[in-house]
Amino acid sequence: MASEIFSINGPVIKVRKTKEFSMMEMVYVGKQKIIGEVISINADETTIQVYESTTGLKPGEPVYSTKTPLFATLGPGIISNIFDGIERPLRDMEKISGNFIGIGSDIPSLNENALYDVTIEARVGDRLEPGEVYATCPETSMITHRCMLSPLLKGGVVKTVKPDGKYRVNDVIVTIQDDDGKQSELTLAQNWPIRVARPVKKRLSISRPLLTGQRIIDTMFPIAKGGTAAIPGGFGTGKTMTQHALAKWSDADIIVYIGCGERGNEMTQVLEEFSELIDPRTGKALTDRTTLIANTSNMPVAAREASIYTGITLAEYYRDMGYHVAIMADSTSRWAEALREISGRLEEMPAEEGFPAYLPSRLSQFYERAGYMQTLSGKEGSVTIIGAVSPQGSDFSEPVTQNTKRFVRCFWALDKSLAYSRHYPAINWMDSYSEYDEDLKEFYDREVGEEFLKTKKKISALLAEEANLMEIVKLIGADVLPDDQKLIIEISKVIRVGFLQQNAFHKDDAYVTLEKQKKMMNVMLYFYDQAFDLISNGVPFSTIVDSGIFSKLSRIKYDIPNDDLGKFDSYYREIDMFIKNQQDD
Amino acid sequence: MAMHHIGLKQINGSLVVLDGVENAGFDELVHIHLSNGEVRQGRIVQIDGKRVVVQVFEGTQGLSMENTSTHFTGKPLEIPLSLELLGRIFNGSGKPIDGLGEIFVEKYADINGLAINPVSRKYPRNYIRTGISSIDALTTLIRGQKLPIFSDSGLPHNKLAVQIATQAKISDKGDDSKFCIVFAAMGVKNDVADYFKDRFEKSGVLERVAMFVNLSNDPIIERILTPRCALTAAEYLAYEKNMHVLVILTDMTSYAEAVREFSSSKGEIPGRKGYPGYLYSDLAQLYERAGVIKSSEGSVTQIPILTMPNGDITNPVPDLTGYITEGQIVLSKDLFGQGIYPPVYVLPSLSRLMKDGIGKEYTREDHQPVANQLFACYARVQDARSLASVIGEEELSETDKAYLEFGKNFESYFLTQGDEEERSIEQTLNLGWDLLCLMPKEELNRIDSELLEENYDPSRAKRFKAKI
Repeated sequence: MASEIFSINGPVIKVRKTKEFSMMEMVYVGKQKIIGEVISINADETTIQVYESTTGLKPGEPVYSTKTPLFATLGPGIISNIFDGIERPLRDMEKISGNFIGIGSDIPSLNENALYDVTIEARVGDRLEPGEVYATCPETSMITHRCMLSPLLKGGVVKTVKPDGKYRVNDVIVTIQDDDGKQSELTLAQNWPIRVARPVKKRLSISRPLLTGQRIIDTMFPIAKGGTAAIPGGFGTGKTMTQHALAKWSDADIIVYIGCGERGNEMTQVLEEFSELIDPRTGKALTDRTTLIANTSNMPVAAREASIYTGITLAEYYRDMGYHVAIMADSTSRWAEALREISGRLEEMPAEEGFPAYLPSRLSQFYERAGYMQTLSGKEGSVTIIGAVSPQGSDFSEPVTQNTKRFVRCFWALDKSLAYSRHYPAINWMDSYSEYDEDLKEFYDREVGEEFLKTKKKISALLAEEANLMEIVKLIGADVLPDDQKLIIEISKVIRVGFLQQNAFHKDDAYVTLEKQKKMMNVMLYFYDQAFDLISNGVPFSTIVDSGIFSKLSRIKYDIPNDDLGKFDSYYREIDMFIKNQQDD
Repeated sequence: MAMHHIGLKQINGSLVVLDGVENAGFDELVHIHLSNGEVRQGRIVQIDGKRVVVQVFEGTQGLSMENTSTHFTGKPLEIPLSLELLGRIFNGSGKPIDGLGEIFVEKYADINGLAINPVSRKYPRNYIRTGISSIDALTTLIRGQKLPIFSDSGLPHNKLAVQIATQAKISDKGDDSKFCIVFAAMGVKNDVADYFKDRFEKSGVLERVAMFVNLSNDPIIERILTPRCALTAAEYLAYEKNMHVLVILTDMTSYAEAVREFSSSKGEIPGRKGYPGYLYSDLAQLYERAGVIKSSEGSVTQIPILTMPNGDITNPVPDLTGYITEGQIVLSKDLFGQGIYPPVYVLPSLSRLMKDGIGKEYTREDHQPVANQLFACYARVQDARSLASVIGEEELSETDKAYLEFGKNFESYFLTQGDEEERSIEQTLNLGWDLLCLMPKEELNRIDSELLEENYDPSRAKRFKAKI
């Protein structure tokens, strides 16, 4: 006999006098079989959070045990799809319940009728260990899906295999017998509990950047494959815009985009835009490497809490196949608020600002699931996490931002005043940092030359100097500064406008290669050095401004197309010509 | 099953507790009959076995432990819907109060609504022309968007809302038969509600307005229902009757305060400034009901108005609102003090959906670059002004002086507009170009070289210079 509902308070349900359930077990609640999860148990009461609206639910309705924790179904059909926070396919839900999300839609996560062109890799008599591949199939034009023995099973000997051919997700294609004599049937899919990290052989050291085509990130504050980054910023500073740009242009194999408690229209935008955009590296549609998890702010709060775990589980699954996966979590603050909301309903003792005391440990558990790994089958794969943070009142000292800062190594602080002047990406170069510089040095030295990091340091130094000078300018105006300091201010403006600012809607500026980034910095600094010499020799600053080179340099990003980097030469010629004329005078 | 329960167990603020109730559903509507014949409505907010907590919409004055009989209806609160909603006035829980009787009912709908499936949404792309330069050019309102007005007591947000509502056009051809307005007033003063009614009547739009009014002295629980009733009506008109609906919600701060009052009477743990931890989710359930869906021609566009307590944009209500809505229009006390109407402070104002709803196909090709450049220039004006206040205007560089002049003219020609003056998008953008021509060409770095070449002509700015 199933247990009965005793009390209902929003998404929190209590069941009395039962020992049937275990912690974190998935249950079905009520006649409509709403999915729920057991979150606390004591002698009298079992508390369950449910993932859908409880309107109309009555005490006395049954609660069914499933004996398994909340899991994600992993198999072909994940990429290009869009799910809610507990991996229910939204497109299939639309077919069943129309434009609005109905209650109690228990739909299989993956399309069970789709046929995949499967190549069986395992042979009868082979030994198969957890994480080893027994079959592959093309999932999208970019991604080959590799079916691996689930780490929940023990390794064993392959007993039977089906021939290569077309199979559905739930068709048995391989059977194995483990050392205890237990037989297991393997299909194209497997289940994994979302709150548990998938095992790997070992964590490798970080050495490769995740290239994003965004100058301020790739050059100034790079993130590594397997790294973690946070993008904090008040509303209107462009968190989502930055996340979209990264999802579009970063050189990961697979993108998992989690819309956690954010706007519905934004998810629609991702859906529409990504199907039209072409990946610059492979020439295929971006949707062919992207999976979306959309739990918008008006969808049930408990499912919002789960969405982050669902997302990272999908990412780890593809990492185990040997892919480099990047997760965009927008926004982790909404997830933290979901924790707070549920904690409040459980009447737990609150810590800072009403957030539960376990907020930091939950955040660290999440970010620690990132990493550059050697998988169980010996391949290399990585999960990179980029989490947006929406600080309350744009105040970076609030608990979510502060705790996130402890667990990430890249901090891209978005700045309101930059956003007000429409300087995008509004990443503040003074407050942001990346701890990956050292780890990535070897890569940069090899790919773009040892000069690159030195040039970048020089750029940072100029910007820092400018910030100091601006303090003075604010008090007494720029006119009284000596010429060499005016030059610093002017060249910094070129760097800010011409280099750091990037136009996401311009065809040549949305994505910029590392090579062009380097060339842009070099020509700007070349002019600075030459102009500095002129000033030392007594040439007035106004002459240098009148040359118009500053404003030409600010427009390089638009004027030199990505496929014609030879044009940089003309800038050097023009600078040299100007210098020569001045020396001749 | 209809059940009557005699008496109450406990009364606490707007909440009453009943014991020994069987078969009650969460969120169910109840009717409480008083011994004097009065009937009040309530909603089940918590169930513990046979103990049920009911929130009474009209308040608990006059209720005692014994004089009531409670009837459980077995369904959540629903309101009647039909095209007859337009031109009518309702109270906060959807009952007609204009003395014209009940409306003809086509269907009933649960006021809580359901979440729109993200894959069923259509990305909002076309704009609504308000005829106000600062909004049309810089924070364009898009059909299906939620764009709040952040204001403060004493600022003309109501006047602006009326101007938007009466001037708003969805097509340039003049066919606005599919356009209507749903107006929800939460905790507003009597004369404010009258002002809206009066102005709608005078401009001849009243017959396409449905008004839901909860005044500041009406029960606060009803205030929590008001926007839900209004949005249910709006969804019906948009998604079933294919209309373009503009929903004006005022004042969201009063709404949030009602939620806070209700939460504290339930004994919930408070979060920031006493607001409950779920305020974000609660507000999102209202704001996310804006949108466009694939199966319908219509759209729901929201303009929530909120007064920021003490003008503080970091207060939880504007803060959480800003995180949910797609931008914001911020009004400024300083500008208003200088006699500028509408006092839109453009720097913190933003329309997130603007970039896809403007340009060649919708407004004009040069719209985005002009808007970017106006923003960038006006941002620099602030720097120049703060510098001038320290060292005096005389000492400024030529460029900074040019910015000062730009700023002054931008405010008095571009922002300033009569409360019945309607500008076309052409007029607005041309005015923007004229103002940009006040600046030296090299300062205009947000505009493509080609476009700049085509339009830049210092003589365009002569009319501003002449007047100073």
